[in-house]
Amino acid sequence: MQRQQEKPTEKPKKFRVFGPVATRFTSSDTGSWRLERPKVRFEDCIKCGTCAMFCPVNIIEILKDQKECVIIDFNYCKGCGICSNVCPKKCIDMVPERGHE
Amino acid sequence: MTYKMLDGNSAAVEAMKLAKVQVISAYPITPQSSISEKLSDLVESGELKAEYIRVESEHTALSVATTAQLTGARSATATASNGLALMHEILSMTSGNRVPIVMPVVNRGIAAPWTLWCEHGDSIAQRDTGWMQFYSQNVQEVLDLTLTTYKIAEHGDVLTPAMVCIDGFFLSHSLQKVKVPTQEEVDKFLGKYVLKNTYLDPSDPMFICNLTPPEDFTEMRYQQKVGMDNAIKVIEEVQKEFLSKFGRKLHIIEGYKTDDADVVLLAMGSMTGTAKYVVNKMRSQGKKVGIAKLTVFRPFPFEHIKNLLGDKKVIGVFDRSAGLGGQGGPVWSEVSVALKEFDIDIRSYIGGLGGRDVPADTIEKIFDELLSIQNREKDTHTQWIDLKKNAMEIREVIKHV
Amino acid sequence: MYNIQHDTKDLVSHGVPACAGCGLELVMRKTMDVLGEKTIVVIPPGCSALFSGFGDETALKIPGFQGNLENSAALAAGIRAGLNVKGDKETTVLAFAGDGGTVDIGLQALSGVMERKDRVLYICYDNEAYMNTGIQGSSSTPLFASTTTTPTGKKTNRKDLLQIAIAHEIPYCASASIHNPRDFQKKVKKAKETNGPSLIHIQAPCPTGWRYEPSKTIEIAKLSVETGLWVLYEYEEGKITINYKPKQLKPIEEYLKLQGRFKRMTPEEIGQLQEETTNRYERYIKKLEGMSL
Repeated sequence: MQRQQEKPTEKPKKFRVFGPVATRFTSSDTGSWRLERPKVRFEDCIKCGTCAMFCPVNIIEILKDQKECVIIDFNYCKGCGICSNVCPKKCIDMVPERGHE
Repeated sequence: MTYKMLDGNSAAVEAMKLAKVQVISAYPITPQSSISEKLSDLVESGELKAEYIRVESEHTALSVATTAQLTGARSATATASNGLALMHEILSMTSGNRVPIVMPVVNRGIAAPWTLWCEHGDSIAQRDTGWMQFYSQNVQEVLDLTLTTYKIAEHGDVLTPAMVCIDGFFLSHSLQKVKVPTQEEVDKFLGKYVLKNTYLDPSDPMFICNLTPPEDFTEMRYQQKVGMDNAIKVIEEVQKEFLSKFGRKLHIIEGYKTDDADVVLLAMGSMTGTAKYVVNKMRSQGKKVGIAKLTVFRPFPFEHIKNLLGDKKVIGVFDRSAGLGGQGGPVWSEVSVALKEFDIDIRSYIGGLGGRDVPADTIEKIFDELLSIQNREKDTHTQWIDLKKNAMEIREVIKHV
Repeated sequence: MYNIQHDTKDLVSHGVPACAGCGLELVMRKTMDVLGEKTIVVIPPGCSALFSGFGDETALKIPGFQGNLENSAALAAGIRAGLNVKGDKETTVLAFAGDGGTVDIGLQALSGVMERKDRVLYICYDNEAYMNTGIQGSSSTPLFASTTTTPTGKKTNRKDLLQIAIAHEIPYCASASIHNPRDFQKKVKKAKETNGPSLIHIQAPCPTGWRYEPSKTIEIAKLSVETGLWVLYEYEEGKITINYKPKQLKPIEEYLKLQGRFKRMTPEEIGQLQEETTNRYERYIKKLEGMSL
């Protein structure tokens, strides 16, 4: 179980190790928890970035020069509603999650 | 190679110094305190280049050593008695994460009752934690076992931490003439610490010791068992190499005049030195006795025990720990299982607790009992061999009735 | 290195099974934004262990170790010692523990680190109970709060972690609140650059344990500061800076009524708590201002 040498030009090799260790960086399917989802009224959005700053999951992106200026990654949004709560313009509504997936 | 007058603690420190330990986190406890002091002296004087972390408890001491070693430094700690008991939680952390720390344990009984003095109850109580255990007969062995244990524990097929047990006061504080190898010899023998298995390095990240599901836990414990199984072979190889390089023979189990012995006593620790003297004395009286000195208790060398003692008829096993609630002492239990396929009468002896000396008289008494059993003159033996007659009456309180 | 199977903007997975609206999740992300890749983290069993992961999966891109509940500080000190041996002064050693693992069972190890001046960045996210094991009371649970081991309300006040740290005279410590992440991140940066132990005590509201709607996490954190219950201040090389003093303390009822864990309080108890909070706040501010001299 030799120490892996850091040589970026070499192909990564697998080494067997013993004991408890996590080796894969992955995600859980937290998007499936949602009972509500945030819906942004883009026309009222002032692109202040407050929602993005407070999203605990960090999946809100602000695109300042787009009409759809708030992009939410619904793969991971848990529907907590913090974005809606902190928005200074109250332009995010929490609506029921559509469909049963 | 030079000769030095060293006590057991100093010998352990000498070995740790020669092994060039890089992080030290030792918390003082009688009779280990001089280990933490001497290491501190060596670091302050510059003789040993190491980070000395003056920890605030033994629990922290082993925690610091474990992660320091995972980060790439050969780490050192040492303890005794209640300190080892406090470390208990972390012992499993160290062994479960396959961190090969070598830790001198100065054997002293665990409270209650409070004792400052020698018995094996502290380390024996930790026999299930996945650590190897080596018991020293004399101060030379303390040095030699500590040195060899670094090589054994850090071996890629073993990766298991180890305790080097030193009888409290009898060895830790007794000055003996010790052959000390040179730094060059030890450098060639041990080499620098090489990170194997898992480690903490931002340039090569991994998350160590996170929650493990039932689907994997058994297999990880099995990996530890395989490490222990491999250790026996590795111990043999390393001890062989040590003999050729340093000229001193270490054992997994040493049979002293056991080949033709009628009865054999199996024991660990400093009392085996006294026992060898008793064997010589009784042999000169025509009694064919022998002493089996068990050096490696974990991994339990059942094959070696079978090979050495399988042809005997009567054996005694001396436990320097009480093994409360068991049928007999813990070492006796394990030896009995190892020898169960043979028709041997194996008697459990418990003594030398809480600092009580195991002098030649006691050992002679045991041998005489074993011989009587072997001659079919007796059928019983005195399990608690050095028990006082008024055992149940040694304390009285006065009350107003 | 990690087998990266998930696209993220930063060092933390987007799909972490923390509760919806979890204050701690925000703390971890904001922390990692400042500290970056050259960080080794120690995480005890508890809510933050959700980031260590399960099985061979993890939610962090940095190296880490999940230790025992009471030795996060000690394990961090060990990592720092190992890094010192290797001559690595750049890597940050982060201990990321909750209130239970810090002020209760972890206090001894933390005190040792602070006394020895080991260079460890300790972030205590305070959700005011042992949340991961089921909302049991800790010594950071506030007065009158209901937990599963203080069902009719806690009868004693909480420990003041920062004052304990200040008593050790460490180079830097601060309190923070997630309603002001920029302030928190400024403090993390200062702590990162501290040559010695640093401690940040950040309140992390917990929708599950405090029993409120998850959307109100930031609102509650803000109210905690506005009512004088949580004071934002820094201790830097012996000097105290109070970061924020509300012009007028909001009535604590606004804070309490949002949370199910204070539901059982009687009007008398609320009155008692209001008086105590106001007096305590005033004395505390005076004390802090006096300490700077």
